[in-house]
Amino acid sequence: MLTIKGIHKSFGGLTALEDVNFSVKEGNISALIGPNGAGKTTLMNIITGIYGPDKGEVLFLGKAINNMPPTKIANIGISRTFQHLELFSTMTVLENVMVGRYTKTRAGFIASGLKLPIAIQEERESKLKSEEILEYMGLLNRKEEISSNLPIGEQRILEIARALATEPKLLLLDEPAAGLNIKETKALGETIMRIRKEKGITILLVDHDMSLVMKISNWITVLNFGQVISDGIAADVQKDPAVIKAYLGAEDDIS
Amino acid sequence: MLTVFLQFLFSGLTVGSVYALVGMGFNIIYNATSILNLAQGEFVVIGGLMMWFFTTSLKLPFLLSILLTILSVGFVAFLMERLTIRPIKKTDLLLMIMITISVSIVLKGLLMFKFGKDPYGYAPFTEGEPINLFGAIIQEQTLWVIGVTAVCIILLFLFFNKTIIGKAMKACAVDATAAKLVGINVSQMVMFSFILSAVVGAIGGIAITPISLMEYDKGPMLAVKGFCAAILGGLGRGRGAVVGGFSIGILESMTAGYIHSGLKDAVALVILLLVLFYKPAGIFGSSSAAQLRKF
Amino acid sequence: MNQNNTITFLIFILLILFFPLFTASSYNLSVAIFAGINALLAIGLCILMGYAGQISLGQAGFYGIGAYISAILSLKFGLPVIVSLVAASAVAAVAAMILAVPALRLKGHYLAVATLGFGEIIHILLNEFGPGGPSGFGDIPRFDILGYVFDSSTSFFYLTWGFVALIMLFSINLINSRTGRALRAMHDSEVACKAMGLDIVSLKIKVFVLSAVYASIAGSLYVHYITFVSPSTFTLFHSVLIVMMAVIGGINNLWGGILGAIIITVLPELLRQFEEFDVLVYGLILTLSLLFFRKGLVPIIAEKLKKLRAITVADNQRNT
Repeated sequence: MLTIKGIHKSFGGLTALEDVNFSVKEGNISALIGPNGAGKTTLMNIITGIYGPDKGEVLFLGKAINNMPPTKIANIGISRTFQHLELFSTMTVLENVMVGRYTKTRAGFIASGLKLPIAIQEERESKLKSEEILEYMGLLNRKEEISSNLPIGEQRILEIARALATEPKLLLLDEPAAGLNIKETKALGETIMRIRKEKGITILLVDHDMSLVMKISNWITVLNFGQVISDGIAADVQKDPAVIKAYLGAEDDIS
Repeated sequence: MLTVFLQFLFSGLTVGSVYALVGMGFNIIYNATSILNLAQGEFVVIGGLMMWFFTTSLKLPFLLSILLTILSVGFVAFLMERLTIRPIKKTDLLLMIMITISVSIVLKGLLMFKFGKDPYGYAPFTEGEPINLFGAIIQEQTLWVIGVTAVCIILLFLFFNKTIIGKAMKACAVDATAAKLVGINVSQMVMFSFILSAVVGAIGGIAITPISLMEYDKGPMLAVKGFCAAILGGLGRGRGAVVGGFSIGILESMTAGYIHSGLKDAVALVILLLVLFYKPAGIFGSSSAAQLRKF
Repeated sequence: MNQNNTITFLIFILLILFFPLFTASSYNLSVAIFAGINALLAIGLCILMGYAGQISLGQAGFYGIGAYISAILSLKFGLPVIVSLVAASAVAAVAAMILAVPALRLKGHYLAVATLGFGEIIHILLNEFGPGGPSGFGDIPRFDILGYVFDSSTSFFYLTWGFVALIMLFSINLINSRTGRALRAMHDSEVACKAMGLDIVSLKIKVFVLSAVYASIAGSLYVHYITFVSPSTFTLFHSVLIVMMAVIGGINNLWGGILGAIIITVLPELLRQFEEFDVLVYGLILTLSLLFFRKGLVPIIAEKLKKLRAITVADNQRNT
């Protein structure tokens, strides 16, 4: 579904990514891991259009997307969550998800201002759909709460719910387990697997939490110093000496 | 028609001097605080009107009047910074803009109350015969304006590049936290930048009033044009405001003379919009540096 | 926002309906009419500043475009006033779009000054090229809808505040719709909005155009009320005044625009005897309210009302 081909990226004199190649197969939960500074965030930003690569291509369903702006990328079926939560903090849980429905509706200024039937209908549908998603993610009982008042575990779930509202084909999760305890991480893992299984959405997961990554991913790509050092199924990557060396000093992370 | 051209040129240089001074004033405060002080123009007006007050109303000697005017303006700047700038957290941009505008209205109101709406003037610095340059009549005061501006430019350049205080002020804008960590008293620098900026503006007012008289409401237009000068030259760049100010002054004068006098005020504005839209970094600025600013 | 709005809106309508009954004085009605015209200006700015997070120091420019175009079309071309109003709004919308596209790429101070520059350019153009130049022109037809002419203070009062009510209704609907949500989301996290596919730039431009249209409508009402127009009404000072109205009332709430407009309109009437002070007092009020009532009056009043309600509820609970 998503193919990264020969991506190079430098910032000034510093090479962040060098000849990165890997693929995300449709229907998989693929993970992108690597020590701090490996280039994961840079790659995520390139995929989601925040900036473009110096060399190489990103192909989504066969089409090159490497110089598309984030708005357009969202519109072709890629949605994401953020490492540093980017919720709409002054808005309610329900409203956050409803913003995810924005691109699926079309009532403009005039229709909204005049409360034309199309606007009323779309509003009702958006609300229903959003509530459905919240229920699916277990947050329906919190729908009227201001999003910033939620505990961080639920905020992360909310961000995923919001991303789901855009009906993506590919969901990018950027460190969704950051700041979560063991119980919350386990629940998160189960939710992600459920999303893949029941909604048929392909997932690309970036995270540090090895137990999560090893447990739920069917494919892992390992980055170190901007290069791909390992690429395969969880069992193989775990045993790969290059990977173990890269994580030397963090052996207790690998389960 | 060399005569006519020279006449317009010098008139442009004269008014451009004031724009350059106001622009430099903008840069001084901006460099120390990243704030745009939209009350900048009022300092010019206060300078001119207070000078009239001391020389003509109180009949004090010339040099003493200049000193007192500068002290008054400095005091106003001090009050402004202490009462309205210091209490506000500078990250609220909208609030900062509104505050400086509101202060400019207060100052204008005070000026209107004290001086009314009439124009005021006083004798030029030296009473000499106008100079005849290829037929163009150049008043001595014009040369004073340009000369005083040039001296200010040089002094400010020396101040910011050769003195510790000047460099400290520049450091504050780039990173206030780092500046504090190396022992720079940031709030003092901010205060100082306001006072210095006001004095620079006031000097412009003192110099220009004998030629074009001063009224209570000239502030906003001067502020806008001074800002244009600063932006044109590249916000925060000293010599940029100078080039910007003189350029705008000359273009304005040429427009008024050769095209249509009513449109002269529009010149600076059109330049402003063009620069903002197409090259916000200005003539001397670099776009990456412009983005680094905490705007 | 939702439930409170209905009650507030009903009270608002009632106040409008009954106001002329409390005062037959055409002077008071005149002040009220100007308050209404200013309210239209302020509401547009509240949406722009409070919801879209932009600033405009050039609203007087759109106000002037609305006034002049409507006046010219109805006087020199004999078009019906309503048509002139709509046409003027269209011109204002186009002008806003042309300005917005490059201007909204700017941030903070830069945007403020760009809008200021625009407003000033309009003023200069009106001064130089407007009919009658700096003196303006008169004999502008009164407002009429399908033959009914609004030539009394009372009828124009209802016309003006009728417009305000309709615009409020439109605006409230907008705020409560997907658009309003998008604007509030933009305020919280632009990066997340983009990731959800929202076209931020397009939204900002549309809101800018909206505020310009509101200002233009205000301008058209203005000229067909006083039947005279001159450039001196549409100055930077007036743009600042409009921002003042929004800020004093509270930019995050549409009712703030109305309250701010009423206060700023009534104030000079109260200060009439202190003519030399008026600029000073304006400045002081603005400065003080920025320093101490940063959020504007409406939120402060709303807070007090909430506390009052909480106390009342607590009292009731104790008594039962």
